[in-house]
Amino acid sequence: MPERPFRHPYPDYDVLAKWDTPSWNEQTRRVVSKRLRDVPPRRFLTELQFATLEAVCDRVMPQPERRGPDKVPIAPFIDARLQANETTGTRYVPLPPLQECWRRGLDAIEAEAQHRYRRAYHGLDPVEQDLILQAMNKGKTESPAWGPHLPAQKFMRHLLLEFIVEVYYAHPAAWNEIGFGGPASPRGYLRLGANRHDTWEAEERDDTLVREAAYK
Amino acid sequence: MSDTLEKPRATQGRAPDVFSEDDWIPMQQYREDEAVDFVIVGTGAGGATLCAKLAEAGFSVVAMDVGAFYRPLSDFASDETAQNKLYWLSDRISAGDDPVEFGANNSGRAVGGSTVHFQMVTLRWRPEWFAAKTKLGFGRDWPIDWREMWRYYDEAEDMLKVSGPVRYPWGPKRGRYPYREHEINAAGLVLAKGAEALGVKWAATPLSTLSAPRGKAHPCVYRGFCKIGCSTNAKQSALNTWIPRAIAAGAEIRDLAMVGQIEMGTDGLARGVVYHRDGQWRRQRARNVVVAGYAVETPRLLLHSACARHPDGLANSSGLVGKYFMVHSNHAVWGVMQDEIRWYKGPPSMTVCEHWNYEDKGKDFHGGYAFMSQGPLPIDHAKSLVSNTGMFGMELRQRMALYNHMAGLKIVGESEAREHNRVELSDELDEFGIPVPRVTYSFTDNDKRLYKHSLRFMRQMLEAAGGRDITQTASSAHMMGGCRMGTNPSDSVTNADGRTWDIRNLWICDGSLFPTSGGVNPSLTIYALACRMGDRIVALGKRGEL
Repeated sequence: MPERPFRHPYPDYDVLAKWDTPSWNEQTRRVVSKRLRDVPPRRFLTELQFATLEAVCDRVMPQPERRGPDKVPIAPFIDARLQANETTGTRYVPLPPLQECWRRGLDAIEAEAQHRYRRAYHGLDPVEQDLILQAMNKGKTESPAWGPHLPAQKFMRHLLLEFIVEVYYAHPAAWNEIGFGGPASPRGYLRLGANRHDTWEAEERDDTLVREAAYK
Repeated sequence: MSDTLEKPRATQGRAPDVFSEDDWIPMQQYREDEAVDFVIVGTGAGGATLCAKLAEAGFSVVAMDVGAFYRPLSDFASDETAQNKLYWLSDRISAGDDPVEFGANNSGRAVGGSTVHFQMVTLRWRPEWFAAKTKLGFGRDWPIDWREMWRYYDEAEDMLKVSGPVRYPWGPKRGRYPYREHEINAAGLVLAKGAEALGVKWAATPLSTLSAPRGKAHPCVYRGFCKIGCSTNAKQSALNTWIPRAIAAGAEIRDLAMVGQIEMGTDGLARGVVYHRDGQWRRQRARNVVVAGYAVETPRLLLHSACARHPDGLANSSGLVGKYFMVHSNHAVWGVMQDEIRWYKGPPSMTVCEHWNYEDKGKDFHGGYAFMSQGPLPIDHAKSLVSNTGMFGMELRQRMALYNHMAGLKIVGESEAREHNRVELSDELDEFGIPVPRVTYSFTDNDKRLYKHSLRFMRQMLEAAGGRDITQTASSAHMMGGCRMGTNPSDSVTNADGRTWDIRNLWICDGSLFPTSGGVNPSLTIYALACRMGDRIVALGKRGEL
């Protein structure tokens, strides 16, 4: 099934065009250029776990309009974060510690796919993949791999989804499509009022999305 | 992921100059084997403030913080991910019916503590809350009269050069804020429009960010990254106010210093702390120990310092260390506006409505709440969306594309103090070999009635302001209690001066002292308590009662 095309009102905005302006300071250029240049190799997850994660990322943050290197890479950054055991400060009961939680969670997604379809999660068609994610979000999973110490909804909302959006919305391509001003230091903004923006902010080309949301 | 500092900076007689990119200021240093007058554990709103007050009074003071000593101008990026370095990200086990989110939500790990990433909302308490039981018939009375707190609020607001309106519409008559209010952003004016439609008052939020120059710090440039650390020093945090003042007065700050235990002497008094710095465990002798680690780390350290004479932890003869832990409910409504709002510009909460903090009629609950306009950065907004709704796929990506048309209203809601909401030690160990804390939290029925009331009211207000397609989220903010102060050793941990009932040279100076939570952000009250405590310690010293 072809993915619905993604629409946004900022076709000519590129936050990276501000790279050499007072909006970007040296320390920000340093962290963003590292992010764009060094996509980390897989080191923590197994090949199968990684394939599951990549398939999940494609469903959570579909990017049908981007191909190959244009796609915002997500799974490699999550793998790197797990390798470094970068915890969040919160471990919700009854979830196990971060690294173990991710390993078991991705294994459980795979087990759920095998249980329902006798195929690997990454080999399912998108509708089937979404059904599993929806079941997780409703806490209606069927595989015994989840168990009482791995509630699917908690894993889904607090780890899977939060980590994915944390990687995606750290990418300049994501800042562009939502019209976010991006890095702003030392220069900030002068025009703070509604429907006003400085020349170094995104120009909104149409308000179709807003009208649709308002009359939904 | 980020260029986190791994080596202490405040060494060799100097400390980072926070107003420079790479410069230093001279700093006094003290020997570890000779007792200093005070060792303070933690340098946030409580610890840094007290450190400066005591050093200025002539005491020898060493303040330790497990976090790094940053120079905002060169260390802080305009990037949410890179700035995760400002948060306490070590595991805390979170249990209960409404488990608390820690980390970026409420816990700092830097010299300056959480004030380095707080959102600068600087509000006073409603006077009656200091005697809630007597005056309002619920909760508990504080051991301090509101009029005394008012004097210390003045002192703290002046130290932070709070920018606020000429006339603040709630509470007793007060003087002007030290600095004028900021221009209000579009997100803030959404609240204003809604408030006027519903006939309630609103105000420009009193904020700890400069609206005019102050020394080497420039006014706010409305870059909007306040919650991940201000890279221009416009934000007035403990890091760029009380800390330089403390160092100038002769205090020593030890960064990247994790205190693992308070040591007790055979005389029944605290004799110093054991701490980890630069790869090894060390000892600092002190005549007084002040714990200022905030509502999780303070009880954790007291519990972990248990010894033969204090098997249940220090200062815990009442059994209340870690108990009556509180958060604020932080529920919110979000709507799509016809106007372009671009809420990433300016401080996130530029307007406030305290109507339901001061109006007692028409409520089906005890307590109050304030609510403020919102301006989350993209990752913050996306995380709140997915963790609350589980939204994913093209629906999520399209929803996020409405970012510039979103507006939100979010409460700081009072919650009741309950014994079962508590901080304990688990049987797991952290990277220092110290037990990982386990925090249990559940809202009470009254708390739930309060936030449901707020959601109804805010939805009405957001609709009146033109918001459409309204959604709501649930969360909590801030931490308070866990070592409450009081007038009676059997039902509190310290007296009004933060002095523990059990050990006369062991003190507490942070938000864990709060007996009740109030309906506003706690930082100003923590600053004010610390200012008062500094004066009290000086007075006690003069009377020979230390």
